[in-house]
Amino acid sequence: MNGVHDVLSPAGPQAATLYQLWNVMLVACTVVFVVTIVALAIAVWRAPRATERAKPDLDPHPRKVATLRRSVVWGIAGSSVLLLVLLLASFVADRALSALPLANAVRIDLVGHQFWWEARYESHSPELTFSTANELHVPVGRPVLVRLRADDVIHSFWVPSLSGKKDLIPGRESTIALRADRAGTYRGQCAEFCGYQHAQMALVVVADPPADYERWQALQREPARAPETAQERRGLELVEQTSCAMCHAIHGTRARARRAPDLTHVASRGWLGAGAVENTPALRAEWIANAQKFKPGINMPPLDAAPDDLAAMSAYLGSLR
Amino acid sequence: MSSRFLDRALVLAVASVGALTSSGCEREARDFLPPKPGAEVGHAASAAASAAAIASAAAMVGRYEHNAHAVSAGKRLWTWYNCSGCHANGGGGSGPALMDDVWIYGGDAGTIYLTIANGRPNGMPAFGSRIPKDQIWQLAAYVRSLAGLASADAAPNRDDAFLTRTPESFSDSQKPETVKPSAATGRPQ
Repeated sequence: MNGVHDVLSPAGPQAATLYQLWNVMLVACTVVFVVTIVALAIAVWRAPRATERAKPDLDPHPRKVATLRRSVVWGIAGSSVLLLVLLLASFVADRALSALPLANAVRIDLVGHQFWWEARYESHSPELTFSTANELHVPVGRPVLVRLRADDVIHSFWVPSLSGKKDLIPGRESTIALRADRAGTYRGQCAEFCGYQHAQMALVVVADPPADYERWQALQREPARAPETAQERRGLELVEQTSCAMCHAIHGTRARARRAPDLTHVASRGWLGAGAVENTPALRAEWIANAQKFKPGINMPPLDAAPDDLAAMSAYLGSLR
Repeated sequence: MSSRFLDRALVLAVASVGALTSSGCEREARDFLPPKPGAEVGHAASAAASAAAIASAAAMVGRYEHNAHAVSAGKRLWTWYNCSGCHANGGGGSGPALMDDVWIYGGDAGTIYLTIANGRPNGMPAFGSRIPKDQIWQLAAYVRSLAGLASADAAPNRDDAFLTRTPESFSDSQKPETVKPSAATGRPQ
């Protein structure tokens, strides 16, 4: 999955706050590291060395080092002050993170599954809500409030260019607020080990200018496009009659299950399987035939179908813009 | 004498550790791909085909009923495919109870497979053309675990939601008993 995945190039206020905190920590720790290493080098350099002519040290009482007490006191004082500075920086960053204004926020209900992300865009009226998977779109400059839940095990939401991490815990609800101030595509990743395919549980957050976002939202609210060619019609027939319809939903058709990604506008997404495979006609057909080949351990079973039928299903799904 | 006794004890210990380890492997094994065609039961509903199916089913039973992943996958599908809509948590509702010792069509794995694949009169839908054979076997293994017929060490013992009954792994084994359905209602007499 392509997209910026970089803590060091923040694209919103939350990530910028964390980036500042990171800079403070980096400077403080670098200073401590350098001072410690220099002090160690001086100590080694100035340590008394025995020569051939030196008398053996047979004194049973340890020699008193005049500067020992002074060094320890300075060391403790310096560390305490620096730790307090870091504590203060962390406190200030936390305050800033929770102070993001949420007026007119986009509300997204994000559910973590093994191993994909289900996103529902909430609205005041039911016909305006819609569901998508593994690809969020957000308007630039508007706050986004993401409600996090998990379906099976603990997952963690992490889009480093936009925000910090937050866990998705079964049976609990948490929220994370973020805002993208720069248009672009940002990659996210499950950040809590969740099973076989944890590594291939990615998502992208696409920050669009407001007008583009409205257009995308209007498109996502539409029911699925009707098949036009004979091949697409055959594809729809197969999707409705084989195992696809047992788990997937395509609005406007007989596929209405809610256990797997919503495919109503699957062709508008760049990747399949939470970033496992690029969404091209050939790879899509292979994915339908045997997704376990790309992502062993996911819940999508292989489908025993003729190559023509696979091509028809792939063509139909490819038409669902 | 004592050394011979020690030798025998050692052999016995090694053998039992080996046996335990191998059975443990089977319990935990997980295949990402379902078995190759050939070792499967067809969907044909004719009596002869059914008999053959039941016979070849015996080979499949171990693969699913003694495997913790297969039984718990069956439990997940039980909710996903809305088996619970009619059979509830196994206690039955508009469909018959599956945790008791009464089996209208038979409680062996092959018959349960055919029940799921081909459906039965009075409401049981046919899933054969809808879901992979592998998943039907997983469901059959889970259905048997409801009545305590699947291997207790492979049966699930937790629910994702509030546990409302004895866990499958603690279910007493119910002796299967086939009851002829009434011609009028399709229900056990």
